[in-house]
Amino acid sequence: MVHVQKFVQLMQFLIEGGVQKLKEIIIDGNSYKFDPGQTVLEVARGNDIDIPTLCYSEHLSITGACRMCLVENKENGSLETACTLPARDGLEVETDNDKIYDARKTVLDLILSDHPMTCMTCEANGDCQLQDLAYQFDIEESSYGSKKEDRFELEERNSFIVYDPDKCILCGKCVRADSELQCSEAIEFSERGFKTKIAAAFDEGLGGEDSSCVFCGLCVENCPTAALSYKPARKKGREYELRKQRTTCGYCGVGCQVELNIKGNEVIKVDSVYEDTAPNPDGEMCVKGRFAYGFIDRPDRLKYPLIKRDGEFVESSWDEALDYIADNLSRIRDEHGGREIGALSSARCTNEENYIMQKFMRAVMKTNSVEHCARL
Amino acid sequence: MKEYTAIKELPYYEELDFYKKQKRIVLQNCGLIDPEKIDDYIEKKGYQAAAKAITQMKSKEIIEEVKKSGLRGRGGGGFPTGLKWQFAKDAEGEKKYIVCNADEGDPGAFMDRSLLEGDPHKLLEGMMIAAYAIDADEGYIYVRAEYPLAIRRLKKAISQAEELGLLGENIFGTEFNFKIHIKEGAGAFVCGEETALMASIEGKRGTPTSRPPYPAQSGLWGKPTNINNVETYANIPFIIDNGAEEFNKFGTENSSGTKVFALTGKIKNTGLVEVPMGLSLRDIIYDIGGGITDDKGFKAVQTGGPSGGCIPAEQLDLKIDYDSLKEIGAMMGSGGMVVMDEDTCMVDVARFFLTFTQSESCGKCTPCRLGTKRMLEILERITEGEGKKGDIEKLEQLGKVIKEASLCGLGQTAPNPVLTTIKYFRDEYEAHINDKKCPAGQCDALKGSYVIDEDHCIGCGQCKTVCPADAITGKKQKAHTIDPEACISCGACAEVCPVNAISN
Amino acid sequence: MKSFSELKEYQNEISEKKKNNQKIDDKPEIIIGMGTCGIAAGAKKIRNAVVDVVKEKNLDVKITETGCIGMCEKEPLMDIKMPGMERVTYGEIEESDVKRIINKHVFEKKIVKEFAIARILE
Repeated sequence: MVHVQKFVQLMQFLIEGGVQKLKEIIIDGNSYKFDPGQTVLEVARGNDIDIPTLCYSEHLSITGACRMCLVENKENGSLETACTLPARDGLEVETDNDKIYDARKTVLDLILSDHPMTCMTCEANGDCQLQDLAYQFDIEESSYGSKKEDRFELEERNSFIVYDPDKCILCGKCVRADSELQCSEAIEFSERGFKTKIAAAFDEGLGGEDSSCVFCGLCVENCPTAALSYKPARKKGREYELRKQRTTCGYCGVGCQVELNIKGNEVIKVDSVYEDTAPNPDGEMCVKGRFAYGFIDRPDRLKYPLIKRDGEFVESSWDEALDYIADNLSRIRDEHGGREIGALSSARCTNEENYIMQKFMRAVMKTNSVEHCARL
Repeated sequence: MKEYTAIKELPYYEELDFYKKQKRIVLQNCGLIDPEKIDDYIEKKGYQAAAKAITQMKSKEIIEEVKKSGLRGRGGGGFPTGLKWQFAKDAEGEKKYIVCNADEGDPGAFMDRSLLEGDPHKLLEGMMIAAYAIDADEGYIYVRAEYPLAIRRLKKAISQAEELGLLGENIFGTEFNFKIHIKEGAGAFVCGEETALMASIEGKRGTPTSRPPYPAQSGLWGKPTNINNVETYANIPFIIDNGAEEFNKFGTENSSGTKVFALTGKIKNTGLVEVPMGLSLRDIIYDIGGGITDDKGFKAVQTGGPSGGCIPAEQLDLKIDYDSLKEIGAMMGSGGMVVMDEDTCMVDVARFFLTFTQSESCGKCTPCRLGTKRMLEILERITEGEGKKGDIEKLEQLGKVIKEASLCGLGQTAPNPVLTTIKYFRDEYEAHINDKKCPAGQCDALKGSYVIDEDHCIGCGQCKTVCPADAITGKKQKAHTIDPEACISCGACAEVCPVNAISN
Repeated sequence: MKSFSELKEYQNEISEKKKNNQKIDDKPEIIIGMGTCGIAAGAKKIRNAVVDVVKEKNLDVKITETGCIGMCEKEPLMDIKMPGMERVTYGEIEESDVKRIINKHVFEKKIVKEFAIARILE
């Protein structure tokens, strides 16, 4: 949906831009050109003007919920959120002054008043947007007092994702990512007011019987705090201790770009990569890419060819193994006919590999029995 | 007193103090016709304004007439109705909707309910004219589920109108089609906000969204939509029938016409009144309302429900209209008017209204969700005798930010009762905080213990029986006493004492 | 309704029918305020009491309902319209008062001062 929006913007721009003078908006006294359909926040970010946000993501629809990105509309002196304010010719806004600072600081102060001050042991320490803002606005403790008691229960009755509603700032990015990118519609806001929290079907958790969660991890990926975190990665290290390694997921032919997070020699979690040319430009992934990295370190993982001799698998060389395969397959085909041979391929292979497989089986092995794991 | 009287000695309604200063346009038929008989409505020239509009006028003419009338949104916003219709009419698109906001969530407000129960056809007629004016063919009435009688009467009215061909296809033999659906609310005050209301009709979670886009451009299911309050639509038949000039004869320069107010609280004649804009508060409270119950002193009147502000005695002669109320920091709102007397604690009033808005906050934006909670905590501390120095300033600062930074009208107006009571009754706040006293004698925690006047006590023991803290001792027929340490100041004893011997 | 004139005709028909009914068979009418405010004040009980009295005395009387006329302080409200007389509103009545009011007003055309509030200009 986000791509469609951008496409429409681009078309509008191309149609309008060529003929008319590009329109301008005034930010902090300076004029900037903008594309039709852009918001003040987008224009600001495109021109290196810093406006703090919590609920905004360029990959998701706009909601205007956190109220951090308030700017002052000079026409009437009112505060409006830059993420929802459409840029238009002649609009004049100010992105920082006493009134704005006071409002933003109060909003942050309020969020912190309901947030556990447990940064020391928190998974998001050093990688938390809330921490960054508290640092920026110099708030050591909320002026309304710290959150003394947890209001909710920790939700972790599944193997992959932990939800801590006490840390949740209700930015809604998880809900939007789930609804707009993954399209599972598994989570939504529930209850209202102070009791609001994110919930899956019947509030039975992501692993509940009626939950449509597919554990793609996009919610965790988009969460600005540690309200959502990966269960398998718990206590294994914080952002600044991890080494990053970009790679391609091998589980299917799509080839999603992923970023492995490594501590020492162990992959402890998988983050998304955001690249327009990747097959998953908004960081999409499936449960296999996100969580099934355990095979890397399994002791029984195949590392070299093995040939069964006398009932036991024995290590061999590639040459030895390939000769063994070629000799025996040819023998079976010559002695008993191609019909005695069948092939089972996999979604993990590329199209090209699967093409070769079936070509080989038909033309060389003289058999039509070619199958694929997806049909099981 | 004579038991019977001749009919000619009985006053006419118009002669009663309660009705003398009223001008009943919207409530014309309420209490006079049977709302479940369409014939009653038609006999009173019902649906003739719609017929005139649909068969004899063009959209442009109708919108011009409404603009000339100066009618402003009666739901509280006060936005010029004609202009709103113009936006919807000008919006591009084949499919348009008319929506009526009958959610009426303000506590103590029952203007819309009375109209829906007493004269539902008037609303239907107003909606028909609006639909024709903006080229809509479908309408929704969003009624709160807490109004089952109104819903029943509306459904009956719609089906009766359909039977007579007043709703449906080719109305009055023209190309105009219009059908109305009823959508029941589900108990959320925030769904009275127009974008949340539309989300609710669409089956989504009832939370507001940012504007722009405005409903006139992109409303229900993304189509141009005109939303107005019940009372706004109910004024339309009169304007079309009699013309904008007739309507302008009432009211003030910038607020023409009448307004329905729900008079409640410590007033002798509680009820529903419709008065021309520009009448003073004194007229309404003393002339129409008959003054304060038990002739106690007037303290303040809260207009606009939880979104509104308290108006003190100094402003009793204020001529009320949209702008004059705004100027003094209050708000017309939907028409709720709660009268308070000298025994009302203004801090407690602020706490009461904030409790309401806090529990009704949808939770989407930070300032409203968390800000009202923190404001409420401070107010609760103050009324429980634990106010601290700096609390009033904190309330003012936080209230200001919540007003400026909230996403929708609920958050933007939630601090109003607090800010206006601080503005006009700061001394009460200071008494609570600095002296730990409640000047009105209402806040339990600040009451101090109750005392039995031994000279008047008859020793009946009723107080002892009801005391929840077992603080009263005494033998039968002998004067009883209250232990001040144990007393929790609930006042139950004072209430049951047959000789009024107990006081605070 | 296929035209404006059809609506006006219908309106006339209703008025005519009403006037004719009044000429032929002029029935008294008892109207009870049945808005939520009225019901909360006890209007349903009043209505039941009215029905009982009418049945008991075998009265040929129309019983109808109406909405809220705004004087909520005085609910429950009961109006009596006798042929040839203006419609009179009684307020703050209880079940036990209904019989007396109907007896006096309907049978003897006397207005019970204790509860009478106003009359309606037709």
